[in-house]
Amino acid sequence: MDAIILQILNGLDKGGAYALIALGLTLVFGTLGVVNFAHGALFMMGAFCAVAFNELLTLETVTVDPTQTTAWGTAVEIRTPYIEAWLGDFGHFLLDYSVPASILLAIPVMLVVGVAMERGLIRHFYKRPHSDQILVTFGLAIVIQEIIKHFFGANPIPQPAPAAFSGTASVGQLIGLGNAIPYPWWRLIYLLFSLTVIGSVFAFLRYTTYGMVVRAGMRDRETVGLLGINIEQRFTVVFGLAAVVAGVAGVMYTPILPPDYHLGMEFLVLSFVVVVVGGMGSLAGAVAAGFLLGILQSFASMNEVKNIVPGIDQIIIYLVAVVVLLVRPRGLMGRSGVMEE
Amino acid sequence: MFGNLSRNDWLLFAGFSIAVLTAPVILQPLGAAYPAILEKFCIFGIFALGFNILFGLTGYLSFGHAAFIGVGSYAAVWMFKLLTMNVLPAIIFGMVMAGFFAVVIGYVSLRRSGIYFSILTLAFAQMCYNTAYSVLTPLTNGETGLQLTLRDPRIVDAMFITPGSGLPRASLFGLDISGGGFAGFYFCAVALIVCFFLSMRIFRSPFGMMLRAIKSNQHRMRYTGFNTRPYLLSAFVISGVYAGLAGSLMAATDPLAGAERMQWTASGEVVLMTILGGVGTLVGPVLGAVVIKYFENIFSSFSERTLHGVLGFLPDGIENAVVEVLSLFVGDGWNLTLGAVFMLIVIFLPGGIMEGIRRIMGMFGKGGRGDRPAVANQAQAAE
Amino acid sequence: MSIQNIVLHVADVSKRFGGLHALTDVDLQVAEGEVHAIIGPNGAGKSTLLNVCIGRIRPDHGHVIFDGETLDRHEPHEINQLGVSRVFQTPEIFSDLSLLDNVMIPAFARRDGAFRFNAIRAVAGEGDIREAAEYHLQDVGLFERRLDEAGSLSRGDKRRLELAMCLIQKPKLLLLDEPTAGMSRHDTNMTIELLKRIKARGMTKVIIEHDMHVVFSLADRISVLAQGKVIAGGSPEEVRGNPRVREAYLGEAQE
Repeated sequence: MDAIILQILNGLDKGGAYALIALGLTLVFGTLGVVNFAHGALFMMGAFCAVAFNELLTLETVTVDPTQTTAWGTAVEIRTPYIEAWLGDFGHFLLDYSVPASILLAIPVMLVVGVAMERGLIRHFYKRPHSDQILVTFGLAIVIQEIIKHFFGANPIPQPAPAAFSGTASVGQLIGLGNAIPYPWWRLIYLLFSLTVIGSVFAFLRYTTYGMVVRAGMRDRETVGLLGINIEQRFTVVFGLAAVVAGVAGVMYTPILPPDYHLGMEFLVLSFVVVVVGGMGSLAGAVAAGFLLGILQSFASMNEVKNIVPGIDQIIIYLVAVVVLLVRPRGLMGRSGVMEE
Repeated sequence: MFGNLSRNDWLLFAGFSIAVLTAPVILQPLGAAYPAILEKFCIFGIFALGFNILFGLTGYLSFGHAAFIGVGSYAAVWMFKLLTMNVLPAIIFGMVMAGFFAVVIGYVSLRRSGIYFSILTLAFAQMCYNTAYSVLTPLTNGETGLQLTLRDPRIVDAMFITPGSGLPRASLFGLDISGGGFAGFYFCAVALIVCFFLSMRIFRSPFGMMLRAIKSNQHRMRYTGFNTRPYLLSAFVISGVYAGLAGSLMAATDPLAGAERMQWTASGEVVLMTILGGVGTLVGPVLGAVVIKYFENIFSSFSERTLHGVLGFLPDGIENAVVEVLSLFVGDGWNLTLGAVFMLIVIFLPGGIMEGIRRIMGMFGKGGRGDRPAVANQAQAAE
Repeated sequence: MSIQNIVLHVADVSKRFGGLHALTDVDLQVAEGEVHAIIGPNGAGKSTLLNVCIGRIRPDHGHVIFDGETLDRHEPHEINQLGVSRVFQTPEIFSDLSLLDNVMIPAFARRDGAFRFNAIRAVAGEGDIREAAEYHLQDVGLFERRLDEAGSLSRGDKRRLELAMCLIQKPKLLLLDEPTAGMSRHDTNMTIELLKRIKARGMTKVIIEHDMHVVFSLADRISVLAQGKVIAGGSPEEVRGNPRVREAYLGEAQE
C-alpha cells in the first residue's frame, strides 16, 4: 500500500510537467491548428531563465581579508554575492528563493518569446501543410537548443530548491498512514504548482470572454472568424500563454532535474505522446493523460515490475501511445477525426 | 527489367553514375576526395533515396527512420562477429533485418496517417533506441557500442583461414572494404548507383504512380478501387530496406555499431537531407545528403582561429564581431547551422535545391517543363 | 421487370446520426441499364444514401445488395472492384497530377485489381492504358489539356475529369452526386449532352440532382426522398403528376 502511494506520488510531479507542456501544445494545436515541435524548447528556455537568474544573483564581489593568510601565504579571498552585499538578509533570502523568484523573470521573457515566435514565424504557416509546420518548428527547436548550448554549455546545471523545501516531507503522516512514505518537499510543491497553473488556465478559458472565444475557436474556427472577432490577435495571445505555461513549468522543474540544452527535446517527444493519448485538441485529455502517463512511468520503474518485464520503464510511454493510437485513435478524450488527413 | 525507360532517364542515369564514379576526381578541388567522406556521401545518399520513396512519393513523414539504420548496423556487425568478415552476408542480413523491422513498424504505424503516423514512427524509434541502451545490452553492448573482438567465433572464416594477429578487416573476397582505401568507396558507390536505378524504376512505374496518387488524394484512391495499405506498406518497407543497407554499409566501412545512430536527431537529419535536395525528385535527396555531409565536415573542422585567419583582411573591431557571430555556427555549432538551414529551406524554398535549380533554369530561356515536376515527369514518360 | 434485372437493391436501410434520422427504411430498386434519379429537398438524405452504397457509411439496419452481393462488410475499394464508381459532389481528383495520370490511375485499378506491386514496368510502357485514357479524355472534351495539372482546371472541368475517371472503369453502376451543381449554364448543357451520350451505352446510373431540367431530360425513373423516406417513385410523368411530390419538393423548386 505504502509502496503504491509512493509510486503514485513519484509519478505526479513528472506528470505535472507533462501535463503543463501538453496543455500548451494542445491549446496551440486546437486554436491555431499548428503542430509545434518547438514547444519543448520553450520548456527548456524557461528552465534556463532560472539558471540565468541564479547566475545573475550569484555574481560575486571579492574582498581580500589581510588578516588571514592561506597555507601558501597569500591573502584569503572572501567571495560574497553582490546581492547579499547590497541587500543583506533580504539578498540572502532572494538567493535562497532564486528558483521560484525567477518565475517573475520567466513570465515576461517567455511572453516576448512566444509573441515574437507567433508573429515572426508560426503565423506564416497556418495555411501550410502540417508536415511543413513540423519541419520548420523542428528546425527552430534545434536553433534554440544550440543557442542555449552556446551560452550555457552542454552539461546539466543543478539548481537548488529553497532551503526550507529541500528536505523530505513525510506525506504518510499527513494522510494518516504512518511515516513510511518519504517525499521530497519540492516535488510536492511542484505538484501543487502545476495544479494551480492548470486551474488558472482552465479558469481563464472558462470564465473570461477572451477564453470563451478561444474555446469557441477550438470548436469551429471559421465561424468565430466570421463573427468579426479579431482572431489573429487572439491567436497571438494564446501562443504567448502557451509559451508562458511551458516556461514556468520549466523554471519550477529545475530543482528536480538539472536542466541541460536537450531537456526540451526529451520532454517534447513525451509531451506529444501525452497529447496524442489524451486526444489531440482536448485540454482535459492532455492534463489527464499527463498525470496518467507520469504515474504509469513511475510504476514501470519499480524493481518488482522491471524484474518481470525488463526494460519496461524505458518504453512504457511509447507502448501506451501505440496501443492507444491503434485501439482508440482519437485518444482518451479527443474528438474523432482530428488531424487525420 | 531494363526496358521502357525513356532516353532522358537513361541520360540521367548515365550522368549520375559517371558523377558518382568519378567523384574522387571531381571533388578534388573541394577537398572532399578522400574515401572516408566519399563513403559517407554514398551511404547517406542511399538513406535519403530510400526515405524519399516513402516521404517524397506518399507524403507520409516518418520521424523514426534512423531505427532501420541502427538495426542494419547491428545486424551487419553480428554477421562479422559470428560468420565471416565478407561484407555480402553482413549486408544481406542487415537488409533483411531492417526489412523485418519495417514490416512490423510499418504495419502498425500505417494504420494512422498525418501527424499520428509521424508520432507512431517516432515512438517506435525511441523504443528501439531506449531498449538498445538498456535491456538489449547483450545484443547491442549498450553505450560502448557493438565492436569486433579477437574472441569472436567467425565460424566460416575460421574454417578457411588462420586468423592473423589484430582485428580482421571487412572485405569483399579479398578486397579490403574497411581499411579506409578507395575500395570501400567504390563498393558504396556501386551500391548507391544500384539504389538510384531501382528508385528511378519505382518513380517511373505504375507502382510509383499509385504512391503519388495516394499522396494527392487517398480518398479518391479508395473509391477508385485501390487497397492503399499494401501500397503504403510496400513503400515503407522498401525505404526501410534502403536504410538497412545504409546502416550495414556503415558497419562494413567501419565495423562497429552504436545506439546513437538510432537517435531521433538522426531521423531528423535524413528528413532535412531530403527536403534540402528536393522532396519527390530523383537526384535531390542524394544532392541533399552530399551537401549536408560536406558542410558538416567543413564546418565542424572550423575553429575561431581559422575564422580569424580567413577574415584577417577586415579591420580588427569588425573582424572580432564577425568572428564572434560566425563562431556560433561552426565547430560545435554545426547543429545550429543545420537547424537554421532547415528553417530557411522550409520557409523560402520548400522544393529544395532542385526547385532552386529549376527556377534558375526558368529564368534563362523557357525551361517551362520544369515548373511542375509531377506533370513534367509524365510528359517525359510519354515521349 | 424481372428479379434478375435488378442491379442495385437498397433494402430497408436506416441510418441515424445521433438524434437525426438520416434514412428511414429506404427501399429502392435500380434495374439494369436505367438512369435512376433521386430527388428531394436539401437534407433529405440523398448523399447519405449514396455514401451507404459505396461503403463510406454503414447502415444501422438493412442491406445494400449490388449485383446479387450483400455489401455489409465490404471496404470501399472492394465495392469499387465489384463495379461501382462514383462522382462526388465536390470533385475528388488528384489535383497535383496531370489529367492523363488522373484517368490512367482508375484504369490500372480495373486491370490490376486492388493491389499489385507493379514496379518493374514503366508507365510509359503501358500503351493500352494510355490509349484508353486518351480516348476517355477526348470523350469528355479535355484531351487538349491532358498534360496540364488537374488542379488548374475550372470546377466544371474537374467534374468532367472525374466523370472520365469513372467511365474508364466501365462500371456496372455509376453514381453521380449532383453532377451539374455550381456549373454555368453552358457547362450544364455540355454535361447533359455528355450524360446523354453515355446513357446510350447502357450503363446503369443513379443520379442525385437538384436541377429539374437535368433530371427530366435524363431519368428513366425517379425516386423522391424527403426527410429520409422515399415518398414517391416511378416514371418522370408519374412523379410529375404526384401531388405529394409537388407539395414536398417541386412546389418549392419551381418558385
